[in-house]
Amino acid sequence: MLLEYIPILVWICLTTGVAAAILLFSHLIGRKRPSDEKLSPYECGIVPTGDARTRIPIKFYMVAMVFLIFDIEAAFLYPWAVVYRNMLFVGLIEMGLFMLILLAGFVYIWKKGVFDWED
Amino acid sequence: MGAATSFSGVSDMGLLAAAPFSAVVFFAIVVLLLDFLLPPGRKWVLPLVSLVGLLASSVLVTFLWGREVVGFSGAISLDRFSSFFDLLLLLGTALVVLSSFFYARREGIERGEYYSLLLFATSGAMLMASAVDMVVFFLGLEILSVSLYVLSGFFRDRTVSVEAAVKYFVLGAFASGFLLYGIALFYGAAGSTQYGAMQAMLSSGGDAPTLLVYAACALLMVGLCFKLGSVPFHMWVPDVYQGAPTSVTGYMSVVSKAAVFAAFVRIFGTGLAPVQIELSKVLWVLAVATMTLGNLAAISQTNIKRMLAYSSIAHAGYLLVALTAAGRAGYSSVLFYALAYAFMTLGAFGVIALLRREEQEALDLTSYSGLSTRHPLLSGAMALFMISLAGIPPTGGFFAKFYVFSAAVGAGYVDLAVIGVLNSLVSVYFYMRIVYLMYMKEETVGIEAPPSLAARAALLICVLGTLAMGVFPSGFARLVASSVSAIF
Amino acid sequence: MPVGVSHYLAVSAVIFAVGVAGVLLRRNILVVLMSIELMLNAANLAFVTFSRASGAVGGQIVVLFVMTVAAAEVAVGLAIVLIAFRARETTDVDEMNVMKW
Repeated sequence: MLLEYIPILVWICLTTGVAAAILLFSHLIGRKRPSDEKLSPYECGIVPTGDARTRIPIKFYMVAMVFLIFDIEAAFLYPWAVVYRNMLFVGLIEMGLFMLILLAGFVYIWKKGVFDWED
Repeated sequence: MGAATSFSGVSDMGLLAAAPFSAVVFFAIVVLLLDFLLPPGRKWVLPLVSLVGLLASSVLVTFLWGREVVGFSGAISLDRFSSFFDLLLLLGTALVVLSSFFYARREGIERGEYYSLLLFATSGAMLMASAVDMVVFFLGLEILSVSLYVLSGFFRDRTVSVEAAVKYFVLGAFASGFLLYGIALFYGAAGSTQYGAMQAMLSSGGDAPTLLVYAACALLMVGLCFKLGSVPFHMWVPDVYQGAPTSVTGYMSVVSKAAVFAAFVRIFGTGLAPVQIELSKVLWVLAVATMTLGNLAAISQTNIKRMLAYSSIAHAGYLLVALTAAGRAGYSSVLFYALAYAFMTLGAFGVIALLRREEQEALDLTSYSGLSTRHPLLSGAMALFMISLAGIPPTGGFFAKFYVFSAAVGAGYVDLAVIGVLNSLVSVYFYMRIVYLMYMKEETVGIEAPPSLAARAALLICVLGTLAMGVFPSGFARLVASSVSAIF
Repeated sequence: MPVGVSHYLAVSAVIFAVGVAGVLLRRNILVVLMSIELMLNAANLAFVTFSRASGAVGGQIVVLFVMTVAAAEVAVGLAIVLIAFRARETTDVDEMNVMKW
């Protein structure tokens, strides 16, 4: 029954215990000499500028969305590749049509200026 | 599997089954890209090309009428049932495009995306009507829904339109979640997503249907009722209908609703037919609640789009009566009702889209006061649509209700038919109020109805359709009966 | 006791319930969107489970379609939310109440 899950329980207890212990001891034993430099948010070693909660230009969002859509569509190539040997020419035409439709979408977003970074 | 046998499998894949659908998709892409080539003054080409696409697809459907092709390994079926709905959906879209010629330009939404999304939505609707596999049905529904989310928010600078889009999207996606989980359980119960597999599993005798089957049915029903706007999942309908562009509202209430009912009939009439008796008990309650709430709430409305929204909830209730009755008679009356409803509702929204008052759309009921003095033809058409919606002869709306209620009586649901007739009597009040306002009241100043040839052509088709179905109902009844026989 | 079909289905049902609760209880529209995604992914898990239990790959192909649909839905949904935010400067669904009867 549930006895088989005991190793998992032990593992969960161990990992949380070790993590908690490390945090606790470094908090208790460590010396605290705070300075402005240390208290500032860590930003890959660069001096942070401005507030973290600024509005990000809409272009990033557009590109991310376009990437998301095309990335997922590309996933259909994998099952198609698996059964390609059974489909042969017909399969090739079908995937060609699929790609053409995607290409039409690509032309559309291109013409709409999603890829223009200068303005 | 050898290459030779699989190749013969490929050659009879039944690609023909998707031909009408593919034609619409092709033209949707053409319209989308054509927009970039047209100078601002020539945008009227877009609706024209859309109409050509719709016509091409209708010609294909008519040409293939009577053929039975099941394509894509039993996922899409071309038969008289799907052909009937294809023609209905294409006709509905064509009427919307015709009235958009003028409306879209006046309201500043005459863009390639508008017509392209209308065509994409129609392709999704057609896919739903011809799907015999849950996955294809779900894809069709999503193509339709996602296009409509965008279309309902097409007035980007109007708060009501954006709000309508947000509400429609959130509730629509929520409903899709239920529907999809229902499909997953359906797959678990039947081992396949095809309707036929479910039917075979349920009618193979032996064990009673498991809990899994009933859970799947419940979730499917929740999802479908959300999309139909039936009680208790109707709360989005009035807000979305009010906020969306008027042409899109007409489209939603006719094309998207017809497509959902087509899928409803296919799923409940074939896949789940063996448990129909149990499902009818639930549908009975839904039908009564939907009819009654829709009609009672419509009485107190002052915005005509909102009134027609509640009226469309009520009409969904009448259609649920037909689904409760089930069987050949019940399902035929669904088809008849959907066609009659398309003519009268698109006609009414066509009139609303034309009228304008003080540089805004004339949506308040008072705008219709005394409309007959200045615009006798327009008022006459509107009066006919209202009479038909109320179900008074000699209009299509009367016979639509007549067939629905007689199917209910035939199936032993006399109580349901009585409640339905009582509801129709209530509805006479708010439909006739429009007629009363138009003919008996003082004229409101500043109402304009610009002469638009395309919009008037659409209205003429709606008037003729409504009258033809009222005067020669037997011809249409034979057509729907032969269409429905394809799924049995 | 090995992890079987019923375990996966139980997890899937729990995820679905969390999604439904999120849509109904949370007021921030972005959280509502994420909850809807949870519902779709719960269905995906059920599909894969049934597919594996029956040995047919159909259910796994369905998941690909659902992921595509979910991506399209989210892209459109975020765009709509963005326009709504520009108009009202809020992502609270309770504040979108211009229309009432």
